Amino acid sequence: MSVFIAKRVLTLIATLIGASIVIFLVMEILPGDPALVILGVDASDEAVLALTKELGLDRPPLLRYWGWITGILQGELGNSYAYKVPVWELVEGALLITIPLAVMSIFLSIIFALVVGLYAAANHNKAGDITLMGISQLGISIPNFWLAILLIMLFAIELRWLPAGGFPGWKDGIWVCLKALLLPSLALATVVGAILARITRSSVLEVFREDYVRTARAKGLSQRATLWRHVLRNALIPVLTVTGIQFAALLTGTVVVENVFHIPGLGSLVLKAINNRDTIVVENVVLLLATMIIVVNFAVDILYAVIDPRLKAHDI
Amino acid sequence: MSLLNINNLSVILETNKGPARAVRNLSFRLEKGETLGIVGESGCGKSMAALALMGLLPERSKTEGQIKLDGQNLLEKDDQEMCQIRGNRLAMIFQEPMTSLNPVHTVGNQIMEPLRLHRNMSESDAKVETLRLLDRVGIPNPQARFDNYPHQLSGGQRQRVMIAIALSCQPDVLIADEPTTALDVTIQDQILDLIQTLVREEGMSLILISHDLGVISENTDNILVMYGGAAVETGKTEQIFDELIHPYTQGLFAAMPKLGRAKNRRLVTIPGTVPDLISMPMGCTFTDRCPLATEVCQNTPPPVVEVKSKHFVACHHLDEARDRKTEELFS
Repeated sequence: MSVFIAKRVLTLIATLIGASIVIFLVMEILPGDPALVILGVDASDEAVLALTKELGLDRPPLLRYWGWITGILQGELGNSYAYKVPVWELVEGALLITIPLAVMSIFLSIIFALVVGLYAAANHNKAGDITLMGISQLGISIPNFWLAILLIMLFAIELRWLPAGGFPGWKDGIWVCLKALLLPSLALATVVGAILARITRSSVLEVFREDYVRTARAKGLSQRATLWRHVLRNALIPVLTVTGIQFAALLTGTVVVENVFHIPGLGSLVLKAINNRDTIVVENVVLLLATMIIVVNFAVDILYAVIDPRLKAHDI
Repeated sequence: MSLLNINNLSVILETNKGPARAVRNLSFRLEKGETLGIVGESGCGKSMAALALMGLLPERSKTEGQIKLDGQNLLEKDDQEMCQIRGNRLAMIFQEPMTSLNPVHTVGNQIMEPLRLHRNMSESDAKVETLRLLDRVGIPNPQARFDNYPHQLSGGQRQRVMIAIALSCQPDVLIADEPTTALDVTIQDQILDLIQTLVREEGMSLILISHDLGVISENTDNILVMYGGAAVETGKTEQIFDELIHPYTQGLFAAMPKLGRAKNRRLVTIPGTVPDLISMPMGCTFTDRCPLATEVCQNTPPPVVEVKSKHFVACHHLDEARDRKTEELFS
């Protein structure tokens, strides 16, 4: 197991380095001079040049990349070009909103997927299965920003159960904050949950056809006991894989959904930073998002080995 | 009353092309401690008949007739009642030891499951019994093997574990569906010997399913030859090998490779292939491949005739089949 984890940690580090290079290169190619954006189109060439020098943007790219990475390793993310405050200050608050939002969304979608997927598989090709799969197809097709608007109309404007947007801040109490995050996380969880529900269903149905399931039935286990003891664990492997992949889609979704709900999370932050050509903020936030995705997939890899003992044995 | 009495059993599978009769009007009896070999080529309905006995047929299937265990018709029981019988009174060993065990549970846990389910054993009692069973089926060092996962065992060992599971609740009838087909030739004999020994010592009845006449002849008291879902010849093993009558049985026998035959001689085959279950001939299912077939075979189901005591053959041309030598029919 330790060899397995060590190999996975090495992969994780390599992926992070790769991600940082890609992020840096993309920001290099991105048109628009930060100094020009900050000073406005009317600024004199001298002023722009001076600011460029002040921001350190006149240094060669390789040096700037090196400075960025060594800075991160020392816990120093630099200052935002647009707001003149340390990047970490901007990121910290946003992180405390986006992480709970992502966790809530993935949690909701997994619960939805297991309940719907198992029910549909148990009632394969019956009315319940067909109805639920129809609904989940709808869930996959609805764009999350549009769903977000529908949710606001129903739960905030019509029923007045939940706030239409904004985020009060954690100091106002956990309950109020969770309430503020509920609609955004629903909007995010719908697509992911619908995809996972379909995967769960087909995976369970596939495992039901396995020889060892027939063995379990031949032992005298009921259909239900067979499902819980022999099918579910094996069926979870593909579900887990797709959950890891979908986590990336979910984080991308936060950019849109946070803006619809006016929530100052990472998604909103990165969008504003892109508009301001605040490249240093963009780079750091995107790297942070990439790290979150990579770490989640790392956890998925470890979970594989917990679920399936064959993986541990082969140390792949 | 026989322990197991199968009466006119038919299994109909609902396929997209229409209903397929995988087993047609099969009848046989099995007494306590008796061994029965069911032989026939792939697709003749052997496995479907076995799954019907266990009540484990695929979802889209229908059964007709009776399967009586101690006089109780199993086909009238619901799934809950069948769960009491499966693994407890009827147990089954499958063809594929490599995929028949759950990869994510330890071998020990998988053997303990029926013990806890049917014999209401405590965890510790079940563990003691599991270790005994592992030892019984010839797995060395049971203590260490208990915590192994299936992938850490060889095919032969996995089949031994399957036997331990089947044996765990001392069933009345053990059904072994091609238990050695997927195994190495050297292991095959060991596994068959093991099944044979355990069946004898526990006083169980055995239904051994195989396509291999050799395996059947060495291990059973009675034989049932199946073709196209129907029994074509049944009787005592020695009796049948004494005089093979049905053209299909003769064909199967002729197709067995024999040591000492002249070199460069082609292996004997039965011409043609197994008929499509959906479009079976009205009469004898073997018509299309039978060297003796005439028009009557095509249209009328053959009568079942008792040629000797308890030796039954279903054929329209009994006399001719008995007169002709196997080598004349198939060469």
